Amino acid sequence: MNAEPLTMTGAPVREVLLSVENVSLRFGGVKAISDVSFDIRKGEVRAIIGPNGAGKTSMLNCINGFYQPQEGQITFKGQRRDKMRPHRAAAAGIARTFQNVALFKGMSTLDNIMTGRTLKMKRGFFWQALRHGPAMNEEIEHRRVVEDIIDFLQIEHIRKLPVGKLPYGLQKRVELGRALAMEPELLLLDEPMAGMNLEEKEDMCRFILDVNQQFGTTIALIEHDMGVVMDLSDRVVVLEYGRKIADGTPAEVKADQKVIDAYLGVAH
Amino acid sequence: MFYREAGQFKSTYQADMAVFPIRQDRIGLAIILAIAFVVIPYFGDDFFITSVMIPFLVFSLAAIGLNILTGYTGLISLGTAAFMGVGAYACYKMTTLFPGVNIIVLILASGLFSAAIGVLFGLPSLRIKGFYLAVATLAAQFFLQWSFVRVPWLYNYNASGAIEVPQRLVFGVPVTGALATPETRYFVCLGIVVVLTWFASNLVHGKIGRSWMAVRDMDIAAELMGIKLLNAKLLAFAVSSFYAGVAGAMMIFLWYGGGEAADAFSIRLSFNILFMVIIGGLGSLIGSFFGAAFLSILPTAMKFGLPALGVPMAGATAEHVTFMLIGGLIIFFLIVEPHGLARLWQIGKQKLRTWPFPY
Repeated sequence: MNAEPLTMTGAPVREVLLSVENVSLRFGGVKAISDVSFDIRKGEVRAIIGPNGAGKTSMLNCINGFYQPQEGQITFKGQRRDKMRPHRAAAAGIARTFQNVALFKGMSTLDNIMTGRTLKMKRGFFWQALRHGPAMNEEIEHRRVVEDIIDFLQIEHIRKLPVGKLPYGLQKRVELGRALAMEPELLLLDEPMAGMNLEEKEDMCRFILDVNQQFGTTIALIEHDMGVVMDLSDRVVVLEYGRKIADGTPAEVKADQKVIDAYLGVAH
Repeated sequence: MFYREAGQFKSTYQADMAVFPIRQDRIGLAIILAIAFVVIPYFGDDFFITSVMIPFLVFSLAAIGLNILTGYTGLISLGTAAFMGVGAYACYKMTTLFPGVNIIVLILASGLFSAAIGVLFGLPSLRIKGFYLAVATLAAQFFLQWSFVRVPWLYNYNASGAIEVPQRLVFGVPVTGALATPETRYFVCLGIVVVLTWFASNLVHGKIGRSWMAVRDMDIAAELMGIKLLNAKLLAFAVSSFYAGVAGAMMIFLWYGGGEAADAFSIRLSFNILFMVIIGGLGSLIGSFFGAAFLSILPTAMKFGLPALGVPMAGATAEHVTFMLIGGLIIFFLIVEPHGLARLWQIGKQKLRTWPFPY
């Protein structure tokens, strides 16, 4: 009997949501990514790991359109994309958080997360100028969704505070909330746990798993904490010097000699 | 003690999202509006209305315009005066082309012309920011001011190069021209400023305001939220220039009553309005009013107030002393509170909320 392969969380393997094929990215003479291919399946948690400078963040930047790879192609939801721009990636359903928090510092937590709803708000300029009737109803409707997210992330108490003054761990949480407000199909997390203490890390892990399981959001994450990566992810891709050196389940990757060499170094 | 939100519970999101969620603020606003609409025209003399209140309203509107661009969207502009000039000349041309149209409609419509010009000069903002954008808008300032002098079509080939404000009636009452009373002109200015401030407040508290502030605070993240940077920036330029244009038209038609307009819209005015926005508070509508009051009412009050108080001074000396005092005050306020008078106001309100038991 040929059982359907299962992911770590027990979900069956589903179709490919995003596939990266032979992507190369150069900055002048520097090759940031060379000939990398991998895919992200619907509903999984996919980790991208690798030593510093391996090209992980560049990879995310290619996926959501900040960088245009010179070679290769990226297919999202079965559609090949040329000349991606970040706002079009957003419209297609890709959200992201940044390694160094990129919140709107002058705005409150609420406004930051409300900004994530921008694409879903349809009322035009004239209704906005009146802020009554349809525009107000729309605002309330989205406020309700945002309040659910605030509730989910347990940040009710900082709702009205400007985010610039919040502690780092909370800022990361607000940033996750802002990305969630977009109701993305693919959520890219660039080191969501960098600089956090153990307790904050545990909270963040919980949120990531909950997002994946409750909302069914596909997640691609970059993380340096190997414990976190091995526990959270269904599959791991390992980059080193812009090349892919391994791809598979956490157990496979952990046992891979090339990965061990990349992380521990080899005797020359 | 009197300024508390205790006991005012919000049970709907609508109430929570109100611009003035605290009842005392709403009462305060109502009192201010009552003073503006009833007390000032009733008790104020002609001098007070024409030399203090009308300039204050005109500058407030221009400052709101610039604040939308610089304070909310983070784009520095040194071309405000030029955009005001576009509004003034557009209004002048329209009064000659469409003599039958209501002058208030024309003043508002002239904002559309400066909005178009503003968008045109805002195009470089996608590529350049900060000081470089300031220089690009400086080009707008010089080019447009040059056009006001060199394109005689704009002032109807008048030999003196001046704008002659024609007499226009609204519902049988003269609004512009020599016969318009200060009270009428004041009411028109006040009405326009109140309505446009309301619109601005609606815009900055909604989706559009959030996308402007997102562009200001972190443009790459804004783009990732699906905000198109070019559209957001150009919309900010359009709205900002619209306000400036209406303010410019008001300045010539309701305040100056004509004259050599090209000189009025010089770089000095641009700087003045930029100072109003900075001193009042970037990214704050109430700050725009504070800034305009600080830089337009205070000098007038000092110039005429110091001799009136019995300080023995000739008019010219009073003017020079005023310059020095205002300069000193600007420095003082920027050191005490770099975020402007609006922040001081905010801190004051916060203190008042917990007074007399701050802990």
